[in-house]
Amino acid sequence: MPTRTGAQIIWECLVQEGVHTVFGYPGGAILPAYDAMLDYPVRHVLVRHEQGATHMADGFARAGGGVGVAMATSGPGATNMVTGIATAMMDSSPIVCITGQVPSKLIGYDAFQETDITGITLPITKHSYLVTRVEDIMPAMKEAFHLAKSGRPGPVLVDITKDAQQATFDWTWDARPVQLPGYRPDFPITREDLARAAELIRESQRPVILAGQGVIQSGATREIIALAERIDAPIAMTLLGLGGVPASHALNLGMMGMHGEAWVNHAIQEADLLLAFGMRFDDRVTGNIKTYAQQARKIHVDIDPSEINKNVRADAAIVGDLRETLADLLAVLEPADHEAWLAHIDRMKGDAAVRDIQKLPDTGHLYAAHVINDIWRITGGTAVVVTDVGQHQMWEAQYYHHESPRSLITSGGLGTMGFAVPAAIGAKIARPDAEVWAIAGDGGFQMTQAELATAAQEGIKINIAIINNGYLGMVRQWQEFFYERRYAATPLRNPDFVKIAEAHGLEAYRVDTRNQVSDIVERARAADGTVLIDFRVEQEDSVYPMVPAGADLHAMIRRPERSVLAETGADPS
Amino acid sequence: MYHTLVALVEDKPGVLNRVASLFRRRNFNIESLTVGRTAEPGISRMTIVIDSDQASAERVTAYLYKLVNVLQVEDLGAVPAVARDLALVKVAVAGHDRGALLRVVDETRAHIVDTGEQTMTLEITGEPPHVDAVISRLEPLGIVEMVRTGQVAMRRGDTTLSAAQYS
Repeated sequence: MPTRTGAQIIWECLVQEGVHTVFGYPGGAILPAYDAMLDYPVRHVLVRHEQGATHMADGFARAGGGVGVAMATSGPGATNMVTGIATAMMDSSPIVCITGQVPSKLIGYDAFQETDITGITLPITKHSYLVTRVEDIMPAMKEAFHLAKSGRPGPVLVDITKDAQQATFDWTWDARPVQLPGYRPDFPITREDLARAAELIRESQRPVILAGQGVIQSGATREIIALAERIDAPIAMTLLGLGGVPASHALNLGMMGMHGEAWVNHAIQEADLLLAFGMRFDDRVTGNIKTYAQQARKIHVDIDPSEINKNVRADAAIVGDLRETLADLLAVLEPADHEAWLAHIDRMKGDAAVRDIQKLPDTGHLYAAHVINDIWRITGGTAVVVTDVGQHQMWEAQYYHHESPRSLITSGGLGTMGFAVPAAIGAKIARPDAEVWAIAGDGGFQMTQAELATAAQEGIKINIAIINNGYLGMVRQWQEFFYERRYAATPLRNPDFVKIAEAHGLEAYRVDTRNQVSDIVERARAADGTVLIDFRVEQEDSVYPMVPAGADLHAMIRRPERSVLAETGADPS
Repeated sequence: MYHTLVALVEDKPGVLNRVASLFRRRNFNIESLTVGRTAEPGISRMTIVIDSDQASAERVTAYLYKLVNVLQVEDLGAVPAVARDLALVKVAVAGHDRGALLRVVDETRAHIVDTGEQTMTLEITGEPPHVDAVISRLEPLGIVEMVRTGQVAMRRGDTTLSAAQYS
């Protein structure tokens, strides 16, 4: 058995797990691991803030389907990871975070850079380990990867003391599968549950499928389309589900929820059956839960048993892998026809579509929706788009039509501003051949703009579109709608983003009018390195439709009847 | 309504914290929580009493199962069960008739476990309502200190809860 230090065992385990990239930032308590790193075939991406490392690992995992790995030192290094870990937890993203810890003899003595990171992250990790002995490193690492990627994926933290990294051990890789008696990632699908669900489907006249991120994570795109076509049911998408079903599919209605299209939410409210596939009835998709889809019976399929009956009582529930469940359902379901129901939804769609700002004449003014729709058109809908949080995120969901899984990466559950740029860097490393766009607001971009330096140093090619309206736009919109336009702390006096990019040696452009969009977007696509585009858009534009927080799902604020210019009254120049 | 949940957990550092943190995080109030060994090495048993409705008890059971170190959970609200609570109660005896106290002891199966000059300490064991009832009889006599263990419980009959059977 070869003798290894704990630090070497960390890298041996990472190599065994197939890890080729780690996002991190060194420091005292993780120094032994960084020293050992030089002898292993793993790329290290040096971030500028540990939050960036966690978002990169998250974007890497979501884009590529593997496990993302982030590394940091103890104390502030570890606490800087908290936001990224919580983001991954809320969106079920498989990441493993490795942190250094002060030597075990100093734990509990408030040593320099000591913090109880397993305690701090306990409620925002799927599981965590505090490793104080070299012989415990491999079991913890193996379990961490197993837990992160199996069942409902999520973040796992492994905190390893400096003395455990320095100690030596006669080590060999244990290839046996992980044994965790208390962990049940897979549940057998029972014949009774399937029969009950099939019965509800047969009895339904007005079914709507609700497709969530589970479709993407279980790789169930083919099965969900087959099932929708078999039973002739329309599909409503959650934000994180976008891409799981091609936007161009005739049965795909588009996004549901707070900023979902009116016809989608009305279809849900009028449905007699909801087929919830890998989604969790978040408050942003249900609105007022008391008035939510009252006529509908609910079939809920989820891999996590704790999601069943959490927000919405299920009439039939299946706990298990979505792809397997849909395949099993397909085996017992006969074709159905809901022509009248689909025609009814289509009529509602016709009514809402005329208000779509895409139908407005092009006056030369620049609107965020136009910018995003143009990027969609120019990229042929084939880019991996990573968004930040806020208005641009909702416009992206509405106007960039995603055709394939893992083509939209966004912080849905936690709503983490600052996510886009680092997560896009991670996504690009996971899929080097993909065209990756980060779309961020001027507010969120500045939260993690230091990662421009990471992109520059690592020679990473992403395109960054800043949707710059000079406000914290979504908060401003809420202030406009619900706080009598009292714009408390939402106007931004921004730096010159073009100069900031140029200071990093990156190419950058400013776009003020719509007729410049195509040319600049094409230039960005053709460039070798990261390109930043500062889109100066209409300042007081709002995202429609909107279901106010807690309001009934059908009680949405619709798009203005008249032109957007008349509505906002602002001069975009 | 009180729900008594029993959880078999791995005897590892931090597991009690994980369970307790779960109840805090999900906004459940713990009425009592006890931890102790079981007949199986490496397995601890927790008895957790919470004040919640049936749906919430089901939710919390599902959350408990998500903890990697939790092996088995049983809701004893749904089945016949034996429950026991233990209290140590120190009652002032100076200056008044000890006969009243001895009558309570006699009638309630309480035990005198210690006698001081000013006080007498009783042990009361039984179903939680029984312990409540004895304590309320002692209150007029002057309780000066009290501790309760919290409830432990077990299903009646031959059905057993074992960590091994589900692994």
